[in-house]
Amino acid sequence: MRSTSTAEADAPAVGAGAPAARRRGGHTWPGLAFVGPYLPFLVAFGVLPMLYALWLAFTDDAGGWAGFRNFTRTIGDYRFLPAFGHVLLYTGVWLGSLVVLVVGLTLLLHGRANRVSSAFRFLFYIPGALAGASSVLVWLFMLDPTVSPGSFLVRNVFGSHLFVESIAPGKLPFIFAMIAFWTGAGGWIVIMYGALNTIPQELEDAARIDGAGPVTIALRIKLPLIRKWIAYMVILSFATGTQLFVEPQLVNQASLGLVPDTWSANQLAFQLAFRYADFNAAAAVSVDLLAIGLIAAALIVTRTGLFRTDD
Amino acid sequence: MRLAARGLRFLILAAFAAFFVVPVAWLILAPTKSDEALVTGDPLAFGGFDRLVLAWQHLDAFSDHLYRLWIGNSLLYAVSATAIVLVTGIPAGYGLAFGRFPGRRLVLSLTLVVMIMPAAALVLPIFLELNSVHLIGNALSVILPFAFYPFGVYLAYIYYATAVPRELLDAARIDGCGEWSTFRHVALPLAKPVVALVLFFSFVADWNNFFLPYTVLADSKQYPIQVGLSDLLSSTPSFNPAVGGGGQQVNIFRPELALATLLAVVPVAVVFLLSQRALVRGLVGGGVKE
Repeated sequence: MRSTSTAEADAPAVGAGAPAARRRGGHTWPGLAFVGPYLPFLVAFGVLPMLYALWLAFTDDAGGWAGFRNFTRTIGDYRFLPAFGHVLLYTGVWLGSLVVLVVGLTLLLHGRANRVSSAFRFLFYIPGALAGASSVLVWLFMLDPTVSPGSFLVRNVFGSHLFVESIAPGKLPFIFAMIAFWTGAGGWIVIMYGALNTIPQELEDAARIDGAGPVTIALRIKLPLIRKWIAYMVILSFATGTQLFVEPQLVNQASLGLVPDTWSANQLAFQLAFRYADFNAAAAVSVDLLAIGLIAAALIVTRTGLFRTDD
Repeated sequence: MRLAARGLRFLILAAFAAFFVVPVAWLILAPTKSDEALVTGDPLAFGGFDRLVLAWQHLDAFSDHLYRLWIGNSLLYAVSATAIVLVTGIPAGYGLAFGRFPGRRLVLSLTLVVMIMPAAALVLPIFLELNSVHLIGNALSVILPFAFYPFGVYLAYIYYATAVPRELLDAARIDGCGEWSTFRHVALPLAKPVVALVLFFSFVADWNNFFLPYTVLADSKQYPIQVGLSDLLSSTPSFNPAVGGGGQQVNIFRPELALATLLAVVPVAVVFLLSQRALVRGLVGGGVKE
């Protein structure tokens, strides 16, 4: 931890700007007025919801202290472990495909002529416009062997001749992973490609002169230099993946209840709040999920060095 | 050998391009065909404009122009929230970059953590909070949480901290500008590219959000389009044979559902095109010529 005095010295007071403003405008703390209007939003929708969820998770419906009872109660719920199991399997499949395919495709693209590469990047990015419910609807069509342009693949790779077979519970983690990959991979490829472009050309040239082929350059030089972006993608996607909600919720509606409405952890929290009005239990599951999100965010900030919080 | 490697590379890229683009192409073509033609015909053939008009008439007639209402709601929520995001977020980024006040690093760290945390993790806690102050079912219960967009603040902060030199602001102060007019006449005009970025990302995030409005709104007349689509999905027999006769009554079949999905994407595409120049230029370029 830095002491206050060094923090003061590090603060972005260049020249006489800040003290001069203090004297002239009579401000004791320059800048605070500009941040002021944002603070209520940060508190009301960033900090307070977390604290309130924590409070609910550790109290009972009468407001008394409940210790960890809400947590043990929800973990003991017969739907809890399957929900987290589904979500973890889905996240695992998604992460695997993201790392292998996004990095692979980016490296393939980076070796190409610029115009070809940017055309491909644009094509890969298009599905990014269809997030949320839209993407799920598109894939419900794609997985329906009667109308899908890829019905050959749906029948032979997924082995489904009827729509309901496509969304059989055992296949769902893979299908959701595919949908998430379809909408999000293009954006990541654009980011990774941008990161690769910061690698100086001389480095590549030097390697080539030393006799390195394109594969060696890709694996030995390019890959290590985008490592922190890959780490960022993995941690962020892990945290996002665990929060899955829209996809299973829509598939539940399209499946006549074949897929339970507590398929994912967030759905379970949602049902606890809405169907059972058990806000304490819902808060406990939410806190489990919040913890995953917070730990991931903390890891990204402290470990990848991609975001700056000081000057 | 090298030729073979290049051919293989192109094949792999083309196969993935097909995976990404074909579903979108299908979605664009589907509303031009009848439900029957979707099953029997070539999936990637064009039908006719008359079918497209018919599909729109069916969709528009659904529940007394409910679809238009959903689009209108989405616009209302996304536009008003994004306006608040710009008004609060750009000055906040500026204040965090150049200000010096106690708690500055705390605000910055909190912003960063909430920004990186998946938005869905906060939805139920926000619902529980709004529920305790009886705001559930109110349009504000969507707009106000949307109006908190830490990523926008962080973008503005990074822009000001890296691309705008402090000397420029000092020069303005020496010329007699106060704190506010320095921001208004010097810092704000410099931030045009970042305003476009924040506008784009905030609008798209709000437009595509499903979980929060789904949780805090109860009346289908208040739904934004993303939640409306799920409503539509449950009233079509295409995926829900139980609806059966209901589908006949509401005339919502696969072409109508595809059109509804397609139209829901149009505003995002429009905003993308409008802010594209700024997006491409990104955060390069600042206040000082090298």
